[in-house]
Amino acid sequence: MISLIVNKRRVDLDVDPSTPLLWVLRDNLGLNGTKYGCGMAQCGACTVHVDGQAVRSCVAPVSRAAGREITTIEGLSPDLSHPLQRAWIEVDVPQCGYCQSGQIMSAAVLLKEKPKPTDEDIDQALTGNICRCGTYPRIRRAVHRAAELAAEGGRP
Amino acid sequence: MTMTRGREPAVPAAGLLRRDFLKVTVSAGGGLLIGFCLPGTGARAEAAAGDPAPFAPNAFVRIGADDRVTVIVNHSEMGQGVFTALPMILAEELDADWTKVRFEPAPVDPVYNHPVFGMQMTGGSTSTWSSFDQFRKAGAAARAMLVAAAAQRWKVDPAACRTENGTVVHAPSNRRLSYGQLAEEAARLTPPSPVALKDPKDFKLIGRPVKRLDTPEKTNGKGVFGIDVTGPGMLTAVVARSPVFGGRVKSVDAERAKAVPGVRKVVQVPSGVAVVADGFWPARRGREALRIEWDEGPMADFSTARQRQQYAEQARQPGLVARKEGDPLSALGSAAKKVEAVYEVPYLSHAMMEPLNCAVDLRADGCEIWTGTQFQTMDRATAAEVAGLKPEQVQIHTTLLGGGFGRRATPTSDFVREAVHVAKAAGAPVKVIWTREDDMHGGYYRPAYYHALAGGVDASGNLLAWSHRIVGQSILAGTPFEQAMVKNGIDDTAVEGASDLPYAIPNLSVEYHPMKVGVPVLWWRSVGHSHTAFATECFLDELAAAGGKDPFELRRALLAKAPRHKGVLELAAEKAGWGKPLPAGRARGIAVHASFESYTAQVAEVSVDGAGKVRVHRVVCAIDCGRYVNPGIIEAQTQGGAIFGLTAALYGELTFDQGRVQQSNFHDYPMLRINETPDIEVHIVQNDEKSGGVGEPGVPCTAPAVVNAIFAATGKRVRRLPIRMSEAG
Repeated sequence: MISLIVNKRRVDLDVDPSTPLLWVLRDNLGLNGTKYGCGMAQCGACTVHVDGQAVRSCVAPVSRAAGREITTIEGLSPDLSHPLQRAWIEVDVPQCGYCQSGQIMSAAVLLKEKPKPTDEDIDQALTGNICRCGTYPRIRRAVHRAAELAAEGGRP
Repeated sequence: MTMTRGREPAVPAAGLLRRDFLKVTVSAGGGLLIGFCLPGTGARAEAAAGDPAPFAPNAFVRIGADDRVTVIVNHSEMGQGVFTALPMILAEELDADWTKVRFEPAPVDPVYNHPVFGMQMTGGSTSTWSSFDQFRKAGAAARAMLVAAAAQRWKVDPAACRTENGTVVHAPSNRRLSYGQLAEEAARLTPPSPVALKDPKDFKLIGRPVKRLDTPEKTNGKGVFGIDVTGPGMLTAVVARSPVFGGRVKSVDAERAKAVPGVRKVVQVPSGVAVVADGFWPARRGREALRIEWDEGPMADFSTARQRQQYAEQARQPGLVARKEGDPLSALGSAAKKVEAVYEVPYLSHAMMEPLNCAVDLRADGCEIWTGTQFQTMDRATAAEVAGLKPEQVQIHTTLLGGGFGRRATPTSDFVREAVHVAKAAGAPVKVIWTREDDMHGGYYRPAYYHALAGGVDASGNLLAWSHRIVGQSILAGTPFEQAMVKNGIDDTAVEGASDLPYAIPNLSVEYHPMKVGVPVLWWRSVGHSHTAFATECFLDELAAAGGKDPFELRRALLAKAPRHKGVLELAAEKAGWGKPLPAGRARGIAVHASFESYTAQVAEVSVDGAGKVRVHRVVCAIDCGRYVNPGIIEAQTQGGAIFGLTAALYGELTFDQGRVQQSNFHDYPMLRINETPDIEVHIVQNDEKSGGVGEPGVPCTAPAVVNAIFAATGKRVRRLPIRMSEAG
């Protein structure tokens, strides 16, 4: 039995401890917002927070997440109120949308660490997240906008 | 009217999933509406219990008593914005309150066929323009009925009523009713024929950068893609497929696979061996434990090196004539300067971020499929054939597509066909998931092509002759579209963009050699234009240099009778500051190209460092797609197209050795990342020309603009993609 804290809720699971966290989130917990893209930490679609750090859940065995605090896109805000989500909507970032959970989760860690990121900071924090549709120009704009919104609203 | 009029209501609980996924409602108008009810928020339509949307005047719109306007969209949303652009068109004519507009993917039914292609599908950058009139009329008809209902209630002349923002207004008596309040009465009226449409100068939504309706569900993880579909009892399968195209299972030992906890079944299907399990991870572990001996078939020794040699040899022979003007051979002979060059492009994977997948619930009396597809009609026919059912007994629920780019429009319905086979063999509802490696090894690639070009200029640098020979696979050969679309052996998807070269050149020939190769190939975002623009626009640059002409000025002169090409060329050059000084080491390249009835030009600013690393700093794009619907979406698509094109230019390459694709995932088949993304400006031409496509035209110009800029910066020509400065000459 493995215990996790997912989006502030404790869950106990009977799973093979080598199962990547991604598939526990998706197949055992029904949290499908976290996506599978490559299975080898190359694309970032599976990015979640583990104890506040951006982690590629496709290569993180669930055993390593035991007892830790995991936040997925579903736990970022209950109502699209996170500054990144507000900025994403304002700037109309997504195209197909598949990679966007991962992009937002990576950006959320960046904003916590650097509330006023430069273009270089954004590039560095989001280099691990591929977007095949090519939403990068709008992602850059939206991260800057989220920083402004966070400064106005006191979050994140 | 609605898809199921006249059909018996579905028997509840006929299938495991039907209970959970379908909501069946009978509208007050008598039409039976079946909607795919997905969990979701934001603008996705969700028929709440007790809200049967009383007014459904046609297959494309429903209006509820709560004022909600649901637009049923018959094109798949794969990022290109159809869940916003098509509702905008309908809402415009309806005079709807945009904040009340929702979207819903259409079920499969002939009423939802593509107005031009006659089947339900999404592709060819056609969705918005081809549906423009249809969605306008659908909105206008609904509006007229709502006006008539209000006039009837108020006992006034309908001509004295107007509509605004989801309400009918009778100004003389200062009365107003919302569409929801009128829905039930409107449903009893007959749709008008013909319908009156707005004067485009009165458009309020069309032409504006309206925000996408699907953004909320794509920022909170709630949007449902095919890979997210699940239901009670649904198992997950991964399939072991032949490492070589055309190979077959010789023998399989599944004992160890069956011993993996969570693995339920191992079944053989025509494409390989499927491991069916409780979830993806046990299925994948089970597959690793399989021992399969393959009969690799005739492609077992296929290699890229040998294919390139064969194509080069073939290019020495005359091909099928796609276009001929004047006498290029003798004109080349008499030219003051003659230039010859070979351009080559490799096989490419679509590499959508969401790998292929397909969920199937197969029962004795019907089959339900959930998948992100661009080809509903074909997929349904294929599924019916495999399942032994009639097409009407198969329903496809189109989910969001995590990228499409053509890969989810397969004439063979490969991923749907296989999933139905797996469900049939497993005897359970099952979702087949392809790993990234499966997706990259699964074929249906952009074909590799070899372009042999020769051109001649006179002593003043004027173009006299152009000869272009293209060698490569035909995408349409062997498909149901071959008969109608391949003319005299010429597959237009192989030569488009070359056979319609817009430049005024007196002696010109374009020839094609269709090659038969056992690698499955397919349309890949911008199809033939993805390689013909590279070959033609780079070679034109070579001829400009040979004749001592400025690449922009030469194009401009040759496009005197092609005003829309010339327009975007000049716009891009002007916005990019063509001819103005740049920081040391940087240079500009330009390209212009028409595709999908739109015109694009791009100017790239590039530098190359001492190690041969190419850096693209800025791309200025101009697009003329005629009359347009949403400039915000056009900007996004054009930027995305340039990034797609840049990825192919810098990195894209699949190679074969011993019949096997040598790349497998993003570490060896890289995608452009945010830190490599240049500033990309998009300038949209405003005019009233016929509308063209938007999803694909952003791609073709990027590679040639970058390669031409590399020449301007270094004096070296890159003639093979992806760009390798070590090969440049």
